[in-house]
Amino acid sequence: MDFTLSKKHEMARTLFREFAEKEVKPLAIEVDETEEFPRVTVEKMAKAGFMGIPIPKEYGGQGCDILTYAMCVEELSKVCGTTGVIVSAHTSLCCDPILTFGTEEQKQKYLPDLAAGRKIGAFGLTEPGAGTDAQGQQTKAVLDGEEWVLNGSKIFITNGKEADVYVIFAITGMVEKRGRMTKEISAFIVEKGTPGFTFGTKEKKMGIRGSSTYELIFTDCRIPKANLLGQQGKGFNIAMHTLDGGRIGIAAQALGIGEGALERTIAYVKERKQFGKAIGSFQNTQFQLADMATKAQAAQFMVYKAATTKDQYTKDHKTSYSVEAAMAKLYAAEMAMEVTTKAVQLHGGYGYTREYEVERMMRDAKITEIYEGTSEVQRMVISANLLK
Amino acid sequence: MKIVVCIKQVPDTKGGVKFNPDGTLDRAAMMTIMNPDDKAGLEAALRLKDQYGAEVTVITMGLPKAEDVLREAMAMGADKGILVTDRVLGGADTWATSQTLAGAIRNLEYDLIITGRQAIDGDTAQVGPQISEHLGIPVISYAQKIEIDGDSVIVERQYDDRYHVLKAKMPCLITALAELNAPRYMTPGGIFDACDAEITVWGRANLVDVEDSNLGLKGSPTQIAKASDKVRKGQGEKINKDVTESVDYIVDKLKVRHVI
Repeated sequence: MDFTLSKKHEMARTLFREFAEKEVKPLAIEVDETEEFPRVTVEKMAKAGFMGIPIPKEYGGQGCDILTYAMCVEELSKVCGTTGVIVSAHTSLCCDPILTFGTEEQKQKYLPDLAAGRKIGAFGLTEPGAGTDAQGQQTKAVLDGEEWVLNGSKIFITNGKEADVYVIFAITGMVEKRGRMTKEISAFIVEKGTPGFTFGTKEKKMGIRGSSTYELIFTDCRIPKANLLGQQGKGFNIAMHTLDGGRIGIAAQALGIGEGALERTIAYVKERKQFGKAIGSFQNTQFQLADMATKAQAAQFMVYKAATTKDQYTKDHKTSYSVEAAMAKLYAAEMAMEVTTKAVQLHGGYGYTREYEVERMMRDAKITEIYEGTSEVQRMVISANLLK
Repeated sequence: MKIVVCIKQVPDTKGGVKFNPDGTLDRAAMMTIMNPDDKAGLEAALRLKDQYGAEVTVITMGLPKAEDVLREAMAMGADKGILVTDRVLGGADTWATSQTLAGAIRNLEYDLIITGRQAIDGDTAQVGPQISEHLGIPVISYAQKIEIDGDSVIVERQYDDRYHVLKAKMPCLITALAELNAPRYMTPGGIFDACDAEITVWGRANLVDVEDSNLGLKGSPTQIAKASDKVRKGQGEKINKDVTESVDYIVDKLKVRHVI
């Protein structure tokens, strides 16, 4: 077992860190304050290849692995959680299902633009009545000649209004399963600008405020029959598979947020003086920092393990990474919440102000315990595997 | 078009400067970066490649670990990397370095050679022009803009208060300023490819038309007696007077110190 990163990954980390420090960090406070999507940063990331890291070169991507992608989200999130989730949702929730379940035509049509960042991707599963209970959804798709007709709405969609390509889930019928009638769910690729596809309200959020979170509304929205993603009726499996991968991205985001808060706290406690001494010289501070660093390190190992397990799946199409991804997300998200909360506490009154960025990081951290499967869902996934 | 870009791995001064007990730089103990002027030169070459199509070869002379800077250049888009490394080349000053690089470049076909103006560890600005002398080709230094016009280059050469526009037939050598451009980032895929790529390693035996007496420490007319870290200046003095009084005040100060 080797815990050292390869030369490739070390170089990639250097790249992501330099980019984050120069291009992302200076805008992080403004992005949070204005709640504006950092379009210019996304264009710069597109130019640097960040929007297609694990996409094979044949589809215009960088041809790298999931570990490299996770490290990118981690380094971006160290300085700006918003920027981290833009890359994560685009890559894991839109590019990945098209790459995994798309036909050759769909891959050729959508992936080159997505991988180059000319287009941004999003994923629509959640509905007002269907969060953790994905079966509770109401959006319907009916085949009418050569077109599917979509009706319904999706909420809390990351990259919502800024995206161009959406992977959308809808009910395509009812099927009998173990003697009960259940909803048959299918996945579709929907393009922005399709008649009948509009946007509802923008969410006003606690954290990741620069990410564009919108309601998507489909009213007799007609899409080509060829835009069915994967087999009809396999939508639930596609959604679950996609979220397994997405959890690695969110785990990496949580990891970065925690690490970023730790870095700032280390710098702060060396400078801040009370009772004539730097507060870093007090044992309470030292013990808090030790706990924060230990948990961040443990989270990093878990995230990298989940990423390399998914890389193994990419090679053999057999290895399961579902549990690794759930554990990594559960642990990293709870670490991020704990570390950022401690970071605010160690910053004292200054930590509660928006000038010191740990306050934003604490707000950003909270969502990582909720989206792409709450911490409770991760515990369900992990325990179901233990008891099967 | 074939472009050769000379690059150097230099200490990253952000990480602090460290010295050996004898006063020379402890390069092994310092973080390293691609010399900023060289990076601008590489970016200029890559833009010419994007615009006109070109093969870009990066070359460096240094310790085996200087291979890292070649891989960085290749991750940005350079096509080939050549490392010139040999114990007998160690301790080279600008003369011996330019002799070495010219000896290596004689193996290559080129239309254009681009070097940085100067390296941040030596600040001499001599190696580029010296290479052109050894190879017998024209040099245009301090380039702030580069264009191709048929078989010639048109370059804006920077001065303090103006610039000259010069045209030279290729092959020629250009020294680039860091201000020439904002170098692109490496790409993740470029990094993966660069790490898998072969780096050509040359030693003394590969250098063409160079005398031993012009190489390494023995071939270096300049010897560094001592190097020291930058001494931090004080805060200075701020005065709040009108223009005439301020000028008088400064002139008096300079007179007292016998500067004027």
